[in-house]
Amino acid sequence: MLNRFMQSRLRGLMILALILIILPAFLGNPFHYELVTQMAIIAATVVGLNLLVGFAGQISLGHAGFFGLGAYFSGIATGTYGWPSVPALLVGAILVALIAWIVGRPILRLKGHYLSMATLAVGFIIAIILNNERALTGGPDGMPVPAFEVFGWELSAFGRYSLFGLEIEGFQAWYIFASVVLLVAVWFALNLIESPIGRALRSVHGSEVAASVVGVNTAKYKSLVFVISAIYASLMGGLYAHFQGFITPAVASFEFSILFITMVVLGGMGSTFGVILGAVVLKLLPQVLADFQELETVMFGLILMLTMIFMPKGLLPTLTAIVSKRMRKKAGGEA
Amino acid sequence: MFKTMMRRAGKCAAVAAAGLMMMSAQAAEPIKIGSFLSVTGPASFLGDPELKTLEMYVEKINEEGGVLGRQLELIHYDDVGNASSARNFASRLVRSDRVDIIVGGSTTGATMAAVPLIEQAQVPFISLAGAVVITTPVKKWVFKTPQSDRMAAERILSDMKDRGITKIGLISGTDGFGSSGRTQTLEVAEKMGMEVLADVTYSGSDTDMTAQLTNIRNTNGVEAVLNFGFGQGPAIVTRNYAQLGMNLPFYQSHGVASDGFLELAGSSAEGLRLPASPLLVPDSLPEDDPQKAVVQNYKSEYEARWDSKVSTFGAYAYDGLMLAVRAIEEAGSTDPEAVREALENIKGYVGVTGEFNMSPDDHNGLDPDSFRILEVQNGEWKLID
Repeated sequence: MLNRFMQSRLRGLMILALILIILPAFLGNPFHYELVTQMAIIAATVVGLNLLVGFAGQISLGHAGFFGLGAYFSGIATGTYGWPSVPALLVGAILVALIAWIVGRPILRLKGHYLSMATLAVGFIIAIILNNERALTGGPDGMPVPAFEVFGWELSAFGRYSLFGLEIEGFQAWYIFASVVLLVAVWFALNLIESPIGRALRSVHGSEVAASVVGVNTAKYKSLVFVISAIYASLMGGLYAHFQGFITPAVASFEFSILFITMVVLGGMGSTFGVILGAVVLKLLPQVLADFQELETVMFGLILMLTMIFMPKGLLPTLTAIVSKRMRKKAGGEA
Repeated sequence: MFKTMMRRAGKCAAVAAAGLMMMSAQAAEPIKIGSFLSVTGPASFLGDPELKTLEMYVEKINEEGGVLGRQLELIHYDDVGNASSARNFASRLVRSDRVDIIVGGSTTGATMAAVPLIEQAQVPFISLAGAVVITTPVKKWVFKTPQSDRMAAERILSDMKDRGITKIGLISGTDGFGSSGRTQTLEVAEKMGMEVLADVTYSGSDTDMTAQLTNIRNTNGVEAVLNFGFGQGPAIVTRNYAQLGMNLPFYQSHGVASDGFLELAGSSAEGLRLPASPLLVPDSLPEDDPQKAVVQNYKSEYEARWDSKVSTFGAYAYDGLMLAVRAIEEAGSTDPEAVREALENIKGYVGVTGEFNMSPDDHNGLDPDSFRILEVQNGEWKLID
C-alpha cells in the first residue's frame, strides 16, 4: 500500500510540494532559508544527474564542469556583457548541451564506462579554462555575479518584495523561486522516466544487448539523456551563480563532481526523491558537523562509509523498504 | 535535522556562556567576534596559525577584563579553503549568530565570496587575505590586514631600482597568488619605468622549471629575475636557478617568506632577496624600531603557547583582532556603523605586520615600507632594509 503510494509519481511530487510549503515554519533565520535554497538548486541538479546514473546506468565524473560552465556563462554574460538573465541561462544551456552531445555521441556507442573517463577529462578541461582565463573569469579568485532579473525585475537575496499583497524578504522570494524550480525539475524527470524514452533507458540499464536486440537505439537514448542531464546542470549552475552572487572555479572542480555522484549514490540511485534526500543530507552535514571542529571531515567520511555499508541501495530505498516491511508484518499480524 | 542543529548550537552557546560567567561575574553580554578560516584543506597553513592566534588572544583579552567591560566570544567555522562554504559560513555568522564584527577569510577567494553578503548585511569585516582587489576599489565594510601583492611588487622593484636594475625577467605561478602577483608586477614595472623582458609561467603541479628559466637566461639584457609564487613552485624555481648557475640577482615574493621555504630550497637560496614581515627577523630589528617590541612579544607568546613556529599568517589575524578591539573601544559600543567608522579612522596602530594608518580611501592602511627586504645569508634571513 505504502509502496504503491510512494511509486505514484504525482503523489510523490505533491508530498515534496507539501514539505516545501510547510518547511518555512521550521526555518529560524535567513541563513536557514539560504541553506534550503542552495539545497533545492543542488537537488535539482542531482535529479538531472540521476537520470543518467540511475536510469541509463552511465556515470558522469564531470557534471560539476557543466554546472560550472553554466554558472560562469551566466555570470560573464550578465555581469560583463549586460545580458538579461534568462537568455544567458538558455544560451549557456544550449552551449553545454552541444558540448555534452559532441562528447557523448561517439563515446556512448561503445559499451562500458568510457563515458566516465571522457566526462572526467571534460570536467578537468573546463576547470582549467575557468582557472586560467583570468581576463574573462577572474581566475582562481572568482568573480561577482549580478542578481537574477526578469524584464527589469530583480530577484536579489537582499531585496524586499510584495507578493499578492504580502511583504516578503529577498531570501524568502529566492526560497519560493528555488522550490518551484525544484518541483518543475522533478516533474520533468518523472515524466521523462515514464515516457517511451524512460522505458527504453530502463531496458538499456537492464541489459544493453537485450535492448538493442528488440530494436532500441541504445546509443541514441543514452546520449539524449546525457545531454538532458547536462542541461539540468547548466541551468542550475546559472541559478546558483545568481543566488550566490559570487563564484569561483571550485564550482567546476572534480571534488564537486564527486559530491554530485555521492549525492546520487547516497540517496538511492534511480530514486528521484531519494537523490533529493541525498543532496539535502550532504549539504546539511557540513553545517551540522561544524561544531565538531577538526573532527568534522572524519565524521563526514565515517557517516558516508557507514551509510554505504549498511544501506548499499541508498537512504530512501532502504528506508521505504524497512517501512513497508514493518507495515506488511503488522498487517500480517492483525490478520 | 534543523532542530538537532539548533539544539546543538544552543548547547554550545550555553556551555560558552557558562564558561564566561565563571571567568567573570559580569552580566554584560559578550562581544561576538565571528571568523571563517581555512583551518583544514589545502590552505590550512594559513588558517591554522590564524585560528590559534585568535583563540589565544581572545582568551588573553578576556583574562585582562575584556573590551568595554564585556567579554569577547569567538565564533569560528572552518571553510576548508572552499569559497562557497566560506560564503555560507559568513552568512551563518551574520544572520544566525549575529556577530558584531568578522575577522577572517584566509584566502582571497573565500574573502571575495563573502564580501557581497557582508556588504549587504552591513557588518564590519577585516579580511586576512592578500590580493589587492579586496580593498581596491574601497568597499564600505571591508578592511584587510596583510599588505597587498601590489605593495610587494612595489617594494621588490624599488629595491631593484636602488641597485640600478631596470630590466627584469619574471617567472610566476598560474595559481591565484602567482597570477595576481604577475599582473601587479607588470603594472608596477610600467609605472616605475622598468622593463619586463621575459614573462614566463609555470603551473602548480610542475616539478621542473628549467625550461622557463633557460628561456629567461637566453633573453638578452635581463638584469635580475623575480619569481612570484606560492607553495612548492618557488622552492623548485630556486633549486633550478642554482643548478643552471644563473648569477643574476634573484628575488622571491612575500609568498614564500617562511623558514619552511629555507628548508625546502636549501643552499640554493643563498643570496636571494624577498620582501617580508619583520616577524622573520625579530632580533635584528634596530632598537628604535617601533615594531620591535610588538613583533618580539607576539613571537614569544605564540611559540610558548602552541609549541610551534610562529608564521606571518598568524600575525595577520593578530593585527585583525587588535584592530577590531581598538575600533570597538574607540566607538564605545558595538554599533556596526560606529565600529566601521572607528576602523576607518585608526591611525598609528603599530602591529606585527606594520604600522596601520586607515582612511576612507585606504582600508588596508599599510605602505610598501612595512615590508622589510631580507636576504638569505649562510642559510639564514638577514635584514637588508
